[in-house]
Amino acid sequence: MDAPKHNTGRTAALGIADADAPFPGRRVVLGGDKPLRLDCGVELRDFPCAYQTYGQLNEAASNAILVCHALTGDQFVAEAHPMTGKQGWWEQMVGPGKTLDTNRYFVLCVNILGGCMGTVGPQETNPGTGKIWGLDFPVITIADMVRAQAMLLDHLGIDQLFAVTGGSLGGMQALEWAASYPERVFAAIPIATAANHTAQNIAFHEVGRQAIMADPDWCGGDYQSHGKRPHRGLAVARMAAHVTYLSEPALHRKFGRRLQDRDRVAFGFDADFQVESYLRHQGTTFVERFDANSYLYITRAMDYFDLAQSHGGVLANAFVRTPVRFCVISFTSDWLYPTPESRKIVHALNAVAANVSFAEIVSDNGHDSFLLDEFEFRNVLGGFLTGAAEHRGLTINGAPARP
Amino acid sequence: MTEDRGRNSIRVDLQLIADMIEPGSRVLDVGCGDGALLENLAQLKQVDGRGVELSAEGVNACVSAGLSVIQGDADTDLDDYPENAFDFVVLSQTLQTMRAPRKVLENLSRIGRHAIVSFPNFGHWRVRAHLFFRGRMPVNDNLPYQWYGTPNIHLCTIRDFVLLCEEMGITIQRSISLDHRGQVRRIGGHLGSANFFGEQAVFLLRR
Repeated sequence: MDAPKHNTGRTAALGIADADAPFPGRRVVLGGDKPLRLDCGVELRDFPCAYQTYGQLNEAASNAILVCHALTGDQFVAEAHPMTGKQGWWEQMVGPGKTLDTNRYFVLCVNILGGCMGTVGPQETNPGTGKIWGLDFPVITIADMVRAQAMLLDHLGIDQLFAVTGGSLGGMQALEWAASYPERVFAAIPIATAANHTAQNIAFHEVGRQAIMADPDWCGGDYQSHGKRPHRGLAVARMAAHVTYLSEPALHRKFGRRLQDRDRVAFGFDADFQVESYLRHQGTTFVERFDANSYLYITRAMDYFDLAQSHGGVLANAFVRTPVRFCVISFTSDWLYPTPESRKIVHALNAVAANVSFAEIVSDNGHDSFLLDEFEFRNVLGGFLTGAAEHRGLTINGAPARP
Repeated sequence: MTEDRGRNSIRVDLQLIADMIEPGSRVLDVGCGDGALLENLAQLKQVDGRGVELSAEGVNACVSAGLSVIQGDADTDLDDYPENAFDFVVLSQTLQTMRAPRKVLENLSRIGRHAIVSFPNFGHWRVRAHLFFRGRMPVNDNLPYQWYGTPNIHLCTIRDFVLLCEEMGITIQRSISLDHRGQVRRIGGHLGSANFFGEQAVFLLRR
């Protein structure tokens, strides 16, 4: 791993691949000079931070878009996943000539704090003890994730992001970025998200956590030292969560009551229905690439998220005199973070007369709509970015940002 | 007041509104449709413009064009804005579709230093004649809907509007009427004739 000396030449800082890292891709050690002080009071020093970049950072370092990934996402936004080989989770959005056009923008995605794709999390080694962190890993918050990302930007020599965006948990990070570092964000695009977790959100997460912790292979969180993995618990957590990412019409369209490889029900508890088979598949493929304790920590961070509470109980206070241009996007069939949650954000931004756009995209694909190739969604996001680039005076190789 | 067509061609009534707006000001366009006025103001007057629009199609078109517009309802979503957040708040051809026009008007004059309101005049002689001679609800270019399908639920005359402003203590800074040939006239002291010959009206208001 490289030592994170403060930006000794941009090309060098960006060109690092870490031979010791568990995954391909970029990884740096942060918190060497100054530790990351977490909301819970713990300080993290010398922690690894994994990220991927696409496109070129311009001379002024003004064209960076930070894409924040969701709960089970990762930094491999626009390339094959190193473990599953599946295409990047936002590959239809990010790339040359695409909505987040890597010919114009420098797109950056960081594996979140507490994640399991190279950034420090419960499955990494605690440098203080030489043992796996496990449940000794401090409970983290979304503000902590954003602080870690800000440290990476310092390392990369990016003073201000042109834009920060993300869906779901990624949208929460985008909101936190705008609230915590308004001077470092030109535009923020929170998508399919909320400014706080509702009781229903917390409830679904608790179901997932209890499923993991009920698996005997979880071993009180110490499964790594027992050579085990709580696959069954994590799979059930994923299955329950996955339902909340879809919608009744989407499920009906995909599966209806159709049976799986049979003509009639088998009067047993095999996967009679296609939807059961699909969910089981979602569960089993998920556990191959995700860490159970990471799932606990990240869902906890989401549950703790309440941007109003951390600003005196008034959401608008988080954005007083904000210079950030906002574009809030929701989807009609998203019942996990429904449109009224986005509207609360918009109302708070209106209350401080912030520059805000808000579009509710018609889609019956539920919360997952933000991951799919929705035509209107692409138009709105792309149009907002182009408009913002003009206001930012962004030029790409000397030419104005509008293609 | 001269009519100023041809520039970045927008509807005549929108052009009248644009002419009332000072360059470089902060503008909120309530019911901004596809963003024609905001786009015009951004390009020709360098305003800092925002919009509120009910229809998803309108919002998507605006945001896709780089305008700062939110999907929202003027009847409910204006309450959040602070006092004097904008130099001009525009409500063009929308007042008559509001559930609570008086409350909307209150909000406009609270949010903006100035409000600009335009609406179709139900006191126009053709409307009166339609009702008087045919005994039916008027349908014409300005009011193109049948009574059972119209979004216009709170139509008023120019005189009605002037009286409401008086009652609410709102100052009318300028008032203009447009006749059916697109001729622009100052309403000023000629309220009766404006209310008879004006098909549309544009008011510049101040608290």
